[in-house]
Amino acid sequence: MGREPARPVRRAYGLGMARSPRRWPPPSSPAFWRSPLRGPWFTSVLGVVLLAGITVLFVTGLLSYAAYNPDLSPVNDKTPDKGILGFYLFSWPTDPYWLYRLNQGVHVTLGITLVPVLLAKLWSVVPRLFQMPPARSLAHALERLSLLLLVGGALFEFVTGVLNIQLDYVFPGSFYPLHFYGAWVFFAAFVAHVVLRAPTAVRNLRRLRGSEGASAPPPGATGSPPSPPPVSPPVSAAEPSLVSPNPAEPTVSRRGALGLVGGGSLLLFATTVGQNFDGPLRATALLAPHGGAEPGSGPAGFQINKTAASRGISAAETSEEAWRLAVTGPGGTVRLSRADLLRLPLNSSALPIACVEGWSTSDQWWRGVRLRDLAALVGYEADAAPDVLVESLQRRGAFRRAALRANQVRDPRSLLALDVNGEPLTPDHGYPARVIAPAVPGVLNTKWVARMTFGELR
Amino acid sequence: MRPTGPARLRAAVGSPFQLLLLACTFALAGYAGVRLLAEDWFGVALWFVGAAVLHDLVLLPLYAVLDRTVVRAAGAVGRQELTLYVRVPAAFSGLLLLVWFPLISGRVADRYRSFTGLSPDGFLARWLLITALLFGGSALLMVLRLRLQRRRLRRATKDRPPAVH
Repeated sequence: MGREPARPVRRAYGLGMARSPRRWPPPSSPAFWRSPLRGPWFTSVLGVVLLAGITVLFVTGLLSYAAYNPDLSPVNDKTPDKGILGFYLFSWPTDPYWLYRLNQGVHVTLGITLVPVLLAKLWSVVPRLFQMPPARSLAHALERLSLLLLVGGALFEFVTGVLNIQLDYVFPGSFYPLHFYGAWVFFAAFVAHVVLRAPTAVRNLRRLRGSEGASAPPPGATGSPPSPPPVSPPVSAAEPSLVSPNPAEPTVSRRGALGLVGGGSLLLFATTVGQNFDGPLRATALLAPHGGAEPGSGPAGFQINKTAASRGISAAETSEEAWRLAVTGPGGTVRLSRADLLRLPLNSSALPIACVEGWSTSDQWWRGVRLRDLAALVGYEADAAPDVLVESLQRRGAFRRAALRANQVRDPRSLLALDVNGEPLTPDHGYPARVIAPAVPGVLNTKWVARMTFGELR
Repeated sequence: MRPTGPARLRAAVGSPFQLLLLACTFALAGYAGVRLLAEDWFGVALWFVGAAVLHDLVLLPLYAVLDRTVVRAAGAVGRQELTLYVRVPAAFSGLLLLVWFPLISGRVADRYRSFTGLSPDGFLARWLLITALLFGGSALLMVLRLRLQRRRLRRATKDRPPAVH
């Protein structure tokens, strides 16, 4: 058994290859690619899943960018030369207060979940990479060039995203411009690809619904002959089919292979999504950066983006004697100690911390002074409070200064928090005082606040 | 029939709609691309093209060859149906390693501990544990299925009417 009986079969499928002195056909020959899984049905299913998934990724990505209010102040804008790519920017709302948490959780969790689908899609079309002749016409040559942007762009976006959430900053430059401009390059090629290919994919799925997936033999059907090539794909005459002319014996059905891809997605999803919830759910995110354990116990034991030590915040500069908050406005500058702040009217709000890296906490109970009340200290009507520039004690970091828009300042849930969950803030959560506002990306909730300038953002 | 003058030109150029669409694509990609390349054009271009090349010419052939090795090995012992019981846990485990490599390998351990206040030590152990569970579960499933198959086979031979000689 084994090798001997296989030979005549191969010769029969060999398309005259027997005469060639070469044992294997070159990759440019369709006969080189022997998996019986490849074909229009498999590629179309994956393509349609990616069409939906990547559209959501792109939209949530654009929303995440808008959530930073980059057009409000240069300190919020890591891509100042964006030009028309910021055409859609709008002032980010404060309702619902979990908007950024949801948006970013979807963006990152979905991105990770789609990794197996992307890999499978690229696998299913890899014969096209070696296709000869390289181009049949000018339009075809340009389409293939756009595929470099599509494949390179997709991998670039997924790789930079996956590295950034793991704090592995090996990519060439700052994450924000790379991921933002990279997304637009990718999206340009994605739109063209969808317009040119989606009709075919949808037609394939309609025509082949069930028939092809079901016709492939079940797993382990080693004795059965290779399934006959499915219905000829409805591509233009010159487009070579993805169906192998010389298929190897199937070891898994197409449905089985899709199951493997879906299972991989499910596994990644199940071990990631928990990093958006406190308590036992977080423990289920076994390999995600903010899954597993909480950094501590007690009221302030929830997730930390950057610790005080990593930002160079020392106990000396945050002590009761040393630390003063400077609040500036048209009415002049007011300097307040933590004790002064605690004597002002205090309010509570339940708000989450939600990070661009796709993890978040459940709602925490913050207590502190309303931002609008601080604006009132320096000469504004609370209802007419303006934008504010918040500066941290920290000396390093892209967001040691951040601007909030008037709608965020006026929201009664926006606080300069002094306590969390019934206890004074801990150094890692921004002691002596930090900003917390609804639906705001985590890094705009400035910790270790030293200065607030109302109405003047530079 | 051979296409003549204008028809040949049309074939060489291709669909005008496609050309127009791709012109728009390159215009937008160019606009964003100039900004993408503004800081470190060589590094970014290397990453962009390198990601595609590394995937298509290294990662994909690598896992294709590994998969074929598993299929061949299962075929060599005459148990092709066992392929899946190796392939599925290996694929899942490899996928987790691919996505979470920086954390599992510990290459960002210091920064991770410093930034988040969390311990970076659990990732490798958890990945190994998941991998062990995947392979263990797969082996268990295989044993159960084989036993079921054998029992069915035995029942089928028992129920068969006595052969007429």
